[in-house]
Amino acid sequence: MTDLQFARAQMGMSLAFHILFAAVGIAMPIMMAMAEGFYLRTKKPVYLDLAHRWAKGTAILFAVGAVSGTVLSFELGLLWPKFMEHAGPIIGMPFSLEGFAFFTEAIFLGLFLYGWKKMSPIAHWLSGVMVAISGVMSGVFVVTANAWMNTPVGFTYENGEFSDIDPIAAMLNPAALHEVLHMTFAAMVATGFLVAGIHAYFLLRNKQSEFHRAAFGIAAALACVSIPLQVLTGDLAARRVAKYQPMKLAAMEAHYETRSHAPFVIGGIPDDETKTTKYGVEIPNALSILIGHKADTVVPGLDQIPREEWPNVKLVHWSFDVMVGAGMVMLGLAMWAGMAYWKRRSEWISPRLLKSFVWCAPLGFIALEAGWFVTEFGRQPWIIYGIMKTSEAVTPMPNLVVPFTTFTIVYIFLSIVLVFLLKRQFLETAPEKRGDV
Amino acid sequence: MSLEIVIAGVTLVSLIIYALMGGADFGGGVWDLLARGPRAKRQRQIVADAIAPIWEANHVWLILIVVLLFTAWPRAFAAMMTALHIPLTIMLIGIVLRGTAFVFRKYDSKRDSVQHRWSLVFGISSLVTPVVQGMTLGALATGDIRVEKSLVLTGFFAGWLSPFAWACGVFALVLFAFLAAVYLTLDAAAEPEVQNDFRLRAIWAELALAPIAAVVFFTSRGEAPEMYRGLTNWWAPWLLVVTSGCALVALGALWKRSFKLARVAAIGQVTTILAGWCLAQYPHLIYPDVTITNAAAPQITLKLLVIALGVGSVILLPSLYYLFKVFKGSR
Repeated sequence: MTDLQFARAQMGMSLAFHILFAAVGIAMPIMMAMAEGFYLRTKKPVYLDLAHRWAKGTAILFAVGAVSGTVLSFELGLLWPKFMEHAGPIIGMPFSLEGFAFFTEAIFLGLFLYGWKKMSPIAHWLSGVMVAISGVMSGVFVVTANAWMNTPVGFTYENGEFSDIDPIAAMLNPAALHEVLHMTFAAMVATGFLVAGIHAYFLLRNKQSEFHRAAFGIAAALACVSIPLQVLTGDLAARRVAKYQPMKLAAMEAHYETRSHAPFVIGGIPDDETKTTKYGVEIPNALSILIGHKADTVVPGLDQIPREEWPNVKLVHWSFDVMVGAGMVMLGLAMWAGMAYWKRRSEWISPRLLKSFVWCAPLGFIALEAGWFVTEFGRQPWIIYGIMKTSEAVTPMPNLVVPFTTFTIVYIFLSIVLVFLLKRQFLETAPEKRGDV
Repeated sequence: MSLEIVIAGVTLVSLIIYALMGGADFGGGVWDLLARGPRAKRQRQIVADAIAPIWEANHVWLILIVVLLFTAWPRAFAAMMTALHIPLTIMLIGIVLRGTAFVFRKYDSKRDSVQHRWSLVFGISSLVTPVVQGMTLGALATGDIRVEKSLVLTGFFAGWLSPFAWACGVFALVLFAFLAAVYLTLDAAAEPEVQNDFRLRAIWAELALAPIAAVVFFTSRGEAPEMYRGLTNWWAPWLLVVTSGCALVALGALWKRSFKLARVAAIGQVTTILAGWCLAQYPHLIYPDVTITNAAAPQITLKLLVIALGVGSVILLPSLYYLFKVFKGSR
């Protein structure tokens, strides 16, 4: 592997690792604030227990998110100095705002986690609400910066120089809206289904547990409300990608040849040589209809650009299919749960439904990572879409295999410890005990 | 006043607060590592309780500094990240291991062997990180890192391995440890014996700072001549008077056990050291090629950044005040 590949691998791994904790950092505070809010209204101790226990897990995950996010903010410069040199003044704005949002999140999370006995119940709950709001906001700002890499605007580019910078226009770039919406709901879907699945597992083993019933209720509600919205934002995203990054869409669909009546291809093995996709399931005309609402809409294919500017078609196409597939399964489950609730109200939680939630627990995070792959690999070979190639931005530092290996070992180690510790938190602390609060 | 000077001022303030808050958290980790004697366990517990609610918020000052750097001085940022890739990567690993080991220790098994293992990771990373931070800052003053436009001409080992940079690293470490020990005397107020442990540690650390500062000063003569010239400026003696005044007050207050006064003096000492450092280096970000002016981003970026900083601080400062009032207010 070349140094460029190691740099990309290191950045990709750091992002794939961090994004898990970022998503949890966005969605967990919402659920904690909901739990504590229910407690304040109903005074049922089970909700307070829940807020406490979720807070413990969040404390562990947030710390990992905070430090892995720091790594990323440095890696932008450590690995891509040329990119930051030019992009810094243009997209520094959302990064600075993200800094403040993250600051607010860290402050109020400290208050939320350690202030149970030092603050009034309302002040404590409001801290939780602040964590939730600032968590969402910091995600919004950081995704805005990523959106700019995909649809760079707010500058004039001539002879390798950036001039006439307009940071506000850059922040409000065309990809910002759909990326922000899709990422925010992704965080809620992923975390909601994961947490609902975990509590469904315990609820199956102990059907009388008030605690797990309450936890499952909140998490499943968040998951089931956000997944249909997520599908809608996904549709919006697909249309806007078609408009602003048609070649990314072409890679997502393994759509090689510019044509009307373009089919929607599911699965299969894209072959760049023959420009065909073998063994894929084709839905005739579907892509044309999706993009232009008419079967004779001409959908541009990868043949529009030189071969060396193609992203990795296989990877982008398969990631896209995994994301959509996982999303559809979750949508189906949510509809089932919604119907059960509609029909039976208080008796809606059946063992079969719980089992399905257990099986679907990881789907949200799988979809989230796959979607991230689509947007990032689909952007390649560009770091600033159409302006600067990733290979032009990489640091001159040699031997990048060393930091890559080091960070890989550190992150694998952290992942193993995390799984162990979270399991420990769950199995060893009885819900009745408040532990170290 | 031009915008880049305003932002440079904000960056300096952020750096000082990072040292006062985040630096002290690393110092706490050092005292965890060095916890000895019959009260070692209590010492560790007090360190943990003191930093647990605030270390993440304190840490964000570093992220703010990075963001300010790449938004306002993108060329300087690119050059620093290239030339100092190695120490910064070590620092990052230190930051990751420090933070995670601290949290993991809290939520892992309370068995001594397990706790000890995490303490070791927490302590060692708390020790290494300030050293590389000091080395990185020191390297920028050496003049060994040469930059043309945004190309770093001097490779990846320039500056930060010089004796001057090492001296800066050790100085940062002992300074943070001193600061932490002073704060911890207040956190340990309920346990006079442990309080005395931290009091003695603070005194020793303060006494150790003087010779290390002298080494920094004398190595700067040969290796960071601009810094040396800065430190021998007309205002330098005044600064020295204030800094050593603060140091003496801190020592006296620790001796007399008036710990609140010691804290004020320690904060004053660290503030004047860092402010003096930056004044001596002014206007250079990387001596001698990169300055606050010649690496500045376009005006529009700077203008918006100043506005963002203004708006952000309206939310941030009251929140921070509240955080510290809730957790440190009783002292």
